Amino acid sequence: MAFSYAEWLRPELMPHIWCPGCGIGIVLKTLIRSMESMGWDQDTTGFVSGIGCTSRAPGYVNMNTLHTTHGRAMTFATGLKMAAPERNVVVMAGDGDSAAIGGNHLIHSCRRNINITLVIVNNEIYGMTGGQFSPTTPGGSKAATSPYGNIDPGFDLCKLCIAAGATYVARGHVANAIYLERLIKGGLSHKGFAVIEVMSNCHTQFGRRNKHPDPAELVQHIASNAVMLSKWEKLTAEEREGKYPIGVLHKDTEKPEYTEQYAKLQKFAQDRVREASRKIAEAESMKPKPEATGGASPFEV
Amino acid sequence: MNVRDRVFWAGNEIIAEAAVRAGCNFYAGYPITPSSEIAALLSLRLPQLGGVFLQMEDEIAAMGAVVGGSLGGSKAMTATSGPGFSLKQENLGYAIMTETPCVVVDVQRGGPSTGTPTAPAQGDIMQARWGTHGDHTIIALTPGYPVEVYRETVRAFHLSEVYRTPVILLIDEVIAHTTESFEIPTDSELDPVQPRNWYQEKYAENSFRPFFDFYQGKHIHVTGLTHNKAGFATTVPEIVQESIEHLVNKILLKQKDIERNESYMLDDAEIAIITFGSPGRASKVAVDEARKEGIKVGLMRIITFWPFPKDTIRALVDNVKAVIVPEMNMGMLRMEVERAAMRRDVSLHGVNRVGGVPIEPKDVLEKIREVHRGL
Repeated sequence: MAFSYAEWLRPELMPHIWCPGCGIGIVLKTLIRSMESMGWDQDTTGFVSGIGCTSRAPGYVNMNTLHTTHGRAMTFATGLKMAAPERNVVVMAGDGDSAAIGGNHLIHSCRRNINITLVIVNNEIYGMTGGQFSPTTPGGSKAATSPYGNIDPGFDLCKLCIAAGATYVARGHVANAIYLERLIKGGLSHKGFAVIEVMSNCHTQFGRRNKHPDPAELVQHIASNAVMLSKWEKLTAEEREGKYPIGVLHKDTEKPEYTEQYAKLQKFAQDRVREASRKIAEAESMKPKPEATGGASPFEV
Repeated sequence: MNVRDRVFWAGNEIIAEAAVRAGCNFYAGYPITPSSEIAALLSLRLPQLGGVFLQMEDEIAAMGAVVGGSLGGSKAMTATSGPGFSLKQENLGYAIMTETPCVVVDVQRGGPSTGTPTAPAQGDIMQARWGTHGDHTIIALTPGYPVEVYRETVRAFHLSEVYRTPVILLIDEVIAHTTESFEIPTDSELDPVQPRNWYQEKYAENSFRPFFDFYQGKHIHVTGLTHNKAGFATTVPEIVQESIEHLVNKILLKQKDIERNESYMLDDAEIAIITFGSPGRASKVAVDEARKEGIKVGLMRIITFWPFPKDTIRALVDNVKAVIVPEMNMGMLRMEVERAAMRRDVSLHGVNRVGGVPIEPKDVLEKIREVHRGL
């Protein structure tokens, strides 16, 4: 079936800011296709982001879009979701945005298990600000702020999210958009907090400094290090060196979802008020009526 | 007429209940004293009313959630105190830039940094005005009495919707924790309490970007980048200039509509006291005492602190021989009064307490006597 991106994009805002060959476009198109095939409506979906290259995505998408402050996308998204829990909320963020300045918000979003889908584009670098190392930049890498090689160990974002309580955690990469679409759709249809980490390329800021200046070659390099989860589990620690697992890494359908929990809390509070009002009314009805005591005094003001 | 509801509440309780009266149905906060009671009360009340109460992971998150909640159509509020207010400045700026209505309560405490928790202070008035980066204006209200805290809380929500801006409700710890009895105002004594679409119809010109919430079928884009009237990022100098002028002028040009002060015995005054918040009450007692001694002294208590009532103060200063500014900081209001007066020869005196104790009537009275002797 033919798919019309024009309906989902804001063509008047093109050209976009991304460099030629950037992986973010692949992720955005995959996310749009996923929402479309899930039957999500543009009117009833909120699309939120923070600051950075990836976070420019909502500006180009024809729906309710919210481009917030650096690292804080999940906080705005949480407020938006709680204000209208029946609406869909999806978030896109980069690795620096979500794992460094937004790390605390990421952890607590996982803990709450709120029904929001977060797509993290992990290109292992701060792109927009000029190529500084991020919390996912591999150790030893060169960056604008690590000219001698990066001594900060990198994060495994998926492990972090699983440990913090996210109930759908998946990882894919930009070289296989068909498979990525499956992973994203899995997240969109999941009831709870879903995180999809997408390994992507920043040849401009990362590749150029780390022997992968060519976008196609860098994408191939990213793809060559990906190992399907089933195969990954059979690898030794030595064989895992430099590689990463892809697939649905974690799924939990038992943990309560936050907006549902909150609705229960509201009902509980309202029932208690109703019960208290009933008791007050009952007590009032047992008080002697004015008629019984001879009616209201004519002298009362 | 029915007997009016008389209640016995502290300032923080008043703010929580008045917020509910104003239609607040969304609160996100982070624990901090001396504002804690506001969150505790709303965690009880909002779920009962079908509203949202969120305790977030930090102050920044709370402010972000408030803006998200407001864009989702809610009347949203948060409450904090000095150090928390510092953390909120980032997303407060976002709310200003994106013209998202919300109410931010700051129960001031001694600073800088952790300061003197949770002794009273009034050191956040400049943070309220200039805490977030970039050019903007802000509305900040500084009520001084229980019934006024109630009225100004309701007004804060109204003003935030009219002017499409965060409104800061600045109180000090004395007001927050002093329990007094007062009568709940009737609807006619309060500013309008209306749904969002009422404001959308009446005050569209106050919003630079399209005046819609999410999910109203308009596919709006909201960004903290400087944006054009369609809501999309722009760097065209003329549009950037126009948008920032809009942010500043939409409030400054309506100063007369927003300004509120209390004037007391100023008609024949030779000495004027200019103050705000709880020192206003101490000053009033001092004025009464000084008048008994035959000293012609009056009081101006500022209720709308920002935008600053500079014209009113200039006119006042021109008609008196001396001005005394009692405040629980080292002279932030005094500096503004000096600027407003535009007179180098104005006889200006401060009563400044930063030790964590409230300003008392005798503090002000002593200064009145001293200034009077020098006239």
